[in-house]
Amino acid sequence: MSGYGAHADHDEHDHHGPAPGLKRWLYTTNHKDIGTLYLWFSLSMFFIGGAMALIIRAELFSPGIQIVDPMFFNSMTTMHAIVMIFGLVMPAFVGLANWMIPMMIGAPDMALPRLNNWSFWIMPFAFTILLSTLFMDSGGPAGGWTLYPPLTLQMGDSFAFVIFAIHFMGISSVMGSINIVATIFNMRAPGMTLMKMPLFVWTWLITAFLLIATIPVFAGAVTMLLTDRYFGTSFFSAAGGGDPVMFQHIFWFFGHPEVYILILPAFGIISSIIPTFARKPLFGYDSMVYATASIAFLSFIVWAHHMFTTGMPLAAELFFMFSTMMISVPTGVKVFNWVATMWKGSMTFETPMLFAIGFVIMFTIGGLSGLMLAITPADIQYHDTYFVVAHFHYVLVPGAVYSLLAATYYWIPKWTGNMYDEKLGKIHFWTSTVFVNVLFFPMHFVGLAGMPRRIPDYSLQFADWNAIASIGAFGFGFSQLIFLWVVIKCIRGGKKATDEVWEGSVGLEWTVPSPAPYHTFEEAPPVAVINKNHF
Amino acid sequence: MSAASGYYIPHEAKWPIVGSVGLFLFFMGFGRLLNGQALGTTTLLIGLAIIVVMMFGWFSLVVKESESGIYNSQVDVSFRMSMMWFIFSEVMFFGAFFGALFYARQFSGPWLSGDGGGGAAMTNAVLWNGFDYTWPNNGPDKIGAGFASNQSFSAMGWFGLPLINTLLLLTSGVTCTIAHHAIKDGNHKKMVRWLAATVALGTVFVFCQAFEYYEAYAHLNLKMTTGIYGSTFFMLTGFHGFHVTMGAVMLFFVMLRGMKKHFTAENHFAFEAAAWYWHFVDVVWLGLFIFVYLI
Repeated sequence: MSGYGAHADHDEHDHHGPAPGLKRWLYTTNHKDIGTLYLWFSLSMFFIGGAMALIIRAELFSPGIQIVDPMFFNSMTTMHAIVMIFGLVMPAFVGLANWMIPMMIGAPDMALPRLNNWSFWIMPFAFTILLSTLFMDSGGPAGGWTLYPPLTLQMGDSFAFVIFAIHFMGISSVMGSINIVATIFNMRAPGMTLMKMPLFVWTWLITAFLLIATIPVFAGAVTMLLTDRYFGTSFFSAAGGGDPVMFQHIFWFFGHPEVYILILPAFGIISSIIPTFARKPLFGYDSMVYATASIAFLSFIVWAHHMFTTGMPLAAELFFMFSTMMISVPTGVKVFNWVATMWKGSMTFETPMLFAIGFVIMFTIGGLSGLMLAITPADIQYHDTYFVVAHFHYVLVPGAVYSLLAATYYWIPKWTGNMYDEKLGKIHFWTSTVFVNVLFFPMHFVGLAGMPRRIPDYSLQFADWNAIASIGAFGFGFSQLIFLWVVIKCIRGGKKATDEVWEGSVGLEWTVPSPAPYHTFEEAPPVAVINKNHF
Repeated sequence: MSAASGYYIPHEAKWPIVGSVGLFLFFMGFGRLLNGQALGTTTLLIGLAIIVVMMFGWFSLVVKESESGIYNSQVDVSFRMSMMWFIFSEVMFFGAFFGALFYARQFSGPWLSGDGGGGAAMTNAVLWNGFDYTWPNNGPDKIGAGFASNQSFSAMGWFGLPLINTLLLLTSGVTCTIAHHAIKDGNHKKMVRWLAATVALGTVFVFCQAFEYYEAYAHLNLKMTTGIYGSTFFMLTGFHGFHVTMGAVMLFFVMLRGMKKHFTAENHFAFEAAAWYWHFVDVVWLGLFIFVYLI
């Protein structure tokens, strides 16, 4: 029976399958098509942003200016961040949300399928604007992705386009998030109560809330930058009674929840994968939900820990130090629960599980260096050094990116109907894991020794560790070509996947055929099926 | 095609991609315009035209589908949730500008004049010696021509136009609610009449606001460039005015649909969405009236 039910609409063509040709992708309202578009888009941004990272690491291979001029170097650090945050991690999570959430909650599709199409089709246009700035006479944005004034206001003509690209992406993020919230609240199958939802759904619900709450604040902040630059306002000019530090407050009010936007869905993914391969139910489901909500709440009251060196009053420094440290409590709960889930489990180590375990270990390294950075007096030493770079790359690369890779390996049999090449997957994992540590671990050392971030040249004593990091960078970068190969190979064929795919898999997505039919759950799954398939 | 499978999923539509092209041209054109590059205005206007066409097309499609009765109650709930969360996102957008106002008044102003401990006194002595902070303020450099000193300047007062505007918007909230009760009674005629009144009040508000801006520029020498006071004043009231305009346009189209008897006593979500939006701009205005004009 068609998902349109008795409400057949006016179109003639068959709604059971996709429309033919390019139109399928341009006009689609199907959550799986849109999820696929998001995932391909973010994969392409992964390689574009990665190429920028390799330019940075090539320049930093040895001291002195060898390959690029400093302005272009700065524009690479800026663009690398914007592309990876807004082009890779966020759209990839939205792509996974599109693919998986309706299937996980027993819904026929997202709540607002046309809006969903628009959320995606904004992204290529927004990134065309953003990336086009690299080809402008003034060069791309070079003041850092945080866009601090007054430096960022001195950018060339590309400034306006960067701001508008951010507005454009923001529209997409807010619409996409509203859609996800409406889907989760309104489209769950009967019997799928909130506390039966997979954690990926829970973490996305909370992430979507964070996005709706903070992206408009970011839009406001960049609008103020725009008017300061072009319309003579004084928001961030002390001479006019404003304050450049005010930008940092508004920006990080968005920016700190944003870093949880980049990691909460990852928590959800890991919480799905570990129980499957440990063949045990997730330890402490309820506490996982509450921990996620606590992290989201705390994310709104910690923002100024990015600004310990701006000369805030002591009371503010103390408040933001303690509130930041508090985050380690719910995060610790999560790490504990993952480990406890594995405890005495019948574990097997297929590629998704390897990436998930890699995530738990290396994300924790990034979390612990975050705790170090939270200590105000210590942060004054670490601020804007490579130690900070090491910290957030540990949580974002072997953190967020590993969760994306794990998610792809975990669900790609459901998407394509074929098993991926396990041997290549394992090679991908081990090369990535070795190189990612060669890449980022030395940054702790040069950072503690005082090497500043966002500088194309450095003092001689940092040369050895930088050379090692650059080798790691190229190793890690080229390892990702294996991933591309695995994905393409899996789409083209391979061992047929069963419906369950994994021996220990739990969840509604594993009750539908592999590959998942174009329309799933045109009728809500029976309550008995839901009760049998949740943690 | 059993009636039991009650899910509704809309068919494909070309409007989203049209909207993306429109926004793309709009932003590219706006950027070029700001930079003084060629074809800025033209591109911006073409983009804007495409956006308007997209909105007409998309909304017409949804109205047509809604009128043909293919939407079920689940779709209705999705629409309601989305509108509420959209308004929440708008609240956060205004929150950024209110935050800037509070920060400037509570922190940056006093710190520039040497209060607040830490290095503030030193900064004041070295950089802005003699600067004394009062609100309204255009900063130690007295940014903005003719805004000579804080003492001799009187900012936009609350009495007069702003007070009239407050009354206009509050009244429009009442007329909007009367219209809502009318449609709940199934009375289209009454609804249209009171909606017309609401739209009229909103329009008068926007004109009063425009006149207030004229007064500010022509007689008070209060401009967008008048330091932090001018920045916060014009950005907050400007974005609010833009939202009032949008809200009035929404209500206007709801009124047109009311004339075509599109609504029923039970089913009039378009009205409610526009009304929620209208009350939202109303509440924002009360915040503005208190924090921008009154204190």
